[in-house]
Amino acid sequence: MLAYVLRRLGYGCFVVLGVLFFLFALFFLVTTPDDIAQRALGEKAMPQVVERWKENHGYNRPLWPGPGHATDNLLVDHFQKMLTFEFGNSDADGVPIRQRISEGVLPSLLLTVPMFVIGIGFGIGISLFVAFFRETYIDRLGVFVSVLTMSIPLLLYIIGGQFLLGKMLRWFPVSGFDLHPGVLARFLALPVLVGVLSSLGSDVRFFRTVFIEEIFKDYVRTARAKGAGEMRVMTGHVLRNAMIPVVTNVVMAIPFLFTGSLLLEAGFGIPGLGSLTVEAIQANDFSTLRAMVFLGSLLFIFGQILTDIAYTWVDPRIRLE
Amino acid sequence: MNALFSAGPVREALISDLIVGLVLAVGLGAGWAARRNEIWREALVGVLRRRRYSVLVLGIYVFVALLDSVLWVGGTDSSTSSVSDKVALQEARSPLDRAFADSSEKSYSAPLSRVEFYDVSALARPGAHVFGTNVLGQDVLYLTLKGARVALLIGGLTSLIAIPLALFFGILAGYFGGRIDDVVFFVMSTLVSMPGILLLIALIMALGQSTFSVCVALGVTSWVGFCRLARGETMKLRELDFVAAARSLGVKDRVILVRHILPNLMHLVVITFVLMFSGLVLSEATLAWLGIGVNGSWGQMIAQAKDELSRDPIVWWNVVAAGAALFVLLLAINRVGDALRDVFDPRTRGEKL
Amino acid sequence: MALEVEGLTTEFPMSGRHVPIVDDVSFVLPEGRCLALVGESGSGKSMTALSLLRLVPRPGRVTAGSVRLGGRELRHLSVPEIRHVRGHKLAMIFQEPQTSLNPVVRVGEQVTEAILLHERIGRSAARKRALGLFERVGIPEPGERFDYYPHQLSGGLKQRVMISMALSMRPEVLIADEPTTALDVTIQAQILGLLRDLQREFGMSILLITHDLGVVNQLADEVLVLYAGRVVEKAETTQLLSQPLHPYTRGLLDSLPGRRRPGERLYEIQGVVPSPLDWPRGCRFCTRCPEVFEPCAEQTPPLAAFGSEQSVACHARHRERQGS
Repeated sequence: MLAYVLRRLGYGCFVVLGVLFFLFALFFLVTTPDDIAQRALGEKAMPQVVERWKENHGYNRPLWPGPGHATDNLLVDHFQKMLTFEFGNSDADGVPIRQRISEGVLPSLLLTVPMFVIGIGFGIGISLFVAFFRETYIDRLGVFVSVLTMSIPLLLYIIGGQFLLGKMLRWFPVSGFDLHPGVLARFLALPVLVGVLSSLGSDVRFFRTVFIEEIFKDYVRTARAKGAGEMRVMTGHVLRNAMIPVVTNVVMAIPFLFTGSLLLEAGFGIPGLGSLTVEAIQANDFSTLRAMVFLGSLLFIFGQILTDIAYTWVDPRIRLE
Repeated sequence: MNALFSAGPVREALISDLIVGLVLAVGLGAGWAARRNEIWREALVGVLRRRRYSVLVLGIYVFVALLDSVLWVGGTDSSTSSVSDKVALQEARSPLDRAFADSSEKSYSAPLSRVEFYDVSALARPGAHVFGTNVLGQDVLYLTLKGARVALLIGGLTSLIAIPLALFFGILAGYFGGRIDDVVFFVMSTLVSMPGILLLIALIMALGQSTFSVCVALGVTSWVGFCRLARGETMKLRELDFVAAARSLGVKDRVILVRHILPNLMHLVVITFVLMFSGLVLSEATLAWLGIGVNGSWGQMIAQAKDELSRDPIVWWNVVAAGAALFVLLLAINRVGDALRDVFDPRTRGEKL
Repeated sequence: MALEVEGLTTEFPMSGRHVPIVDDVSFVLPEGRCLALVGESGSGKSMTALSLLRLVPRPGRVTAGSVRLGGRELRHLSVPEIRHVRGHKLAMIFQEPQTSLNPVVRVGEQVTEAILLHERIGRSAARKRALGLFERVGIPEPGERFDYYPHQLSGGLKQRVMISMALSMRPEVLIADEPTTALDVTIQAQILGLLRDLQREFGMSILLITHDLGVVNQLADEVLVLYAGRVVEKAETTQLLSQPLHPYTRGLLDSLPGRRRPGERLYEIQGVVPSPLDWPRGCRFCTRCPEVFEPCAEQTPPLAAFGSEQSVACHARHRERQGS
């Protein structure tokens, strides 16, 4: 088991390097520092202004390692800075990126963690219910509603939620954010609700499929032949096996709790990491964007490793190989 | 002849018409080939049987999109004197464009209204705008219908690029294993490690914000999923007896790949195409919301219109029209995709649903 | 306590019709005896067994007949009542031990579950009983194996676990659905021997479902031959194997390699088992029967007794008897 974890971590490191190289290619080769400077300064900027801008932002060195500048080049610089989390300052307003990131983590978590917990809870609960009543009208209705809700893009949920519950019924504020304990819940309620609803459909479909597949397996027939009732069959047998794909799916989502949902944060004015990314897009802020993609990737890779480990831990067939 | 090679409306029209012709040819060709193959025939009939309305809806969308893609220059009576008409005559326009020519108002108007929304002055074409007009006075129904072409372009074009690419690399990696597999797997792992939306954004920022770059970006982010699937299936197929038999008979690898492996992956191709389509349309809508979408898409319409809902009295028809069009398309695709999956799954093939 | 089955019929909806996969099956399984249900796949033998326990998968349903265990009618029992019977008075073991055990639960726990579902004894008491059973069925190092997961055991061991699970509540009747089909031949012999010993020791009856006449010979006292859902012949084992009456049974026996001399072509029953939608109106075997004549296609032959220990449903045999 330990050997496996180490191997996974090792490969993960390789992938991180691969990601860094890809980002380098994207942000230094596909768009050159000149392009970035021009976007920041405007197309008509004079060469000297561009040069000065590049100097200020550290872009004026050679791209690749070469004689005389084996380490003083953008490639090595890029790798070094990213791996040490020295993200520098934002291209747009010069504020240190690390500071922005640390400020954004809490709001993002406050949004995504409740969304995650509530979403999974309802998702599993509803799909268990629907699977229990498989092939009856409850099941068919459940599937139809799931497909329906799955087909509504998050955008529309956000707009709809803001309009119906915010403007018309005035139950919640349309957007905004305030950390004071008294009012925090009111600002988070709508985004969390919208977030849960938008993914409920696909979650229920997935979980339901998993549950139903298990229900038709032979060992369930054996359990019934032993005299077990439907409840016991579902909880003691089906759930235990169905948990394997469910858990692995769920663990995969954990890193995303940090990166936050771009749309939700932008739509509801929550100052988290998602908003940070959106602002970076609108301001053509490449250094922030680079940092966010890198961070996202690290968390993603971490999540994949966690998932693989969770999988081996939860399924005894794999654990004992 | 000159008109063919210089950029301009004629070339634009010809390219678009060519693509339409190609799409129709491919569609008919696939249909004819499927007629002779029993599994495919059963599958298609099965889908048609279970999801009649969704297929019909999709057909309508495709028809509207194609309608808007057949372009030609020239047309209306050149004796009209308005400048905008003369300009329009020089542009490549589709039947849709022509049907809605001269339908602009000054600004907002409610559906089927006879007057402008805010200043209540009379409309040039009272009662003619089924979905009202937007801030520029353009007919919303017209814009919504045009959005179909954009959506199908994004979904279709991108899939057409991503799927063959993924198939190619997936099959090679799965069949030959070894170094090739290591490289492909590494590239896949790297790309997959970057959260989709972030990668998309990064790509678009780097490539610029044209329709083409959006399609490329979408393609780069979506090919990995299918590549992994193709690779996995190929690896399974490679172990099957009939492949081993072929190899022992000395059949060349490339022949095995084309005649044995590839046909057994085609059902996955179809299912993936349909499901990827909806994901792509959705992704584009998200990008539009963030400001980097494709021009004319429903996502863009929604993004531009979201502030209108907070006005008083509210301007709702933009969002509703674009939102409904988007929702109906996604729903139809999801239903058909589900049915396709059921139809190819040996366990549920014979069931009535 | 005997198991008495009369006119059992189980139907499945297929293409708009209701097809009786089990069609008017009747038999009596006396205490301490072993009755074998023999037939090819598709004959309805497994479905018959599932029908007894009311475990017929949807959309199938038991539509007619009576199932009496010790005089008690099982078909009218409520759901909690039938659950009380399952695993307790009437137990079943299945064909594929690989998939019939829960892969993520330790095998010992699966056996104790069988006990705790019916008896309110403590965990440790249940565990002791389960360990005892493991020993009795011949699982080496039972204490260790108790905590194993199914995938860590061989096929034979898994089947022994299934058997101990089924026997844990000392059932009156054990239904064994192809218990040895998925096992190696040497293990097969062991398991059959085990079943024989356990039958004597526990005094229980066994309903054996199989397509293997060799297994029938080793274990069964009486045999019921099923074809396309119907009983076509019923006889005491030695009688059936030495003097089969029904053309189908004769065909089955003739197909055994042992019946031919070396170099001779093997016998096969011509044709294939028809799908339930294509069953003929009369005798369902008529399309493949070497002795077919006029009444066969239209009239269903009734099951008639031929001597004290044998019955057969065949027009040819009836005609012979009337003629002589």
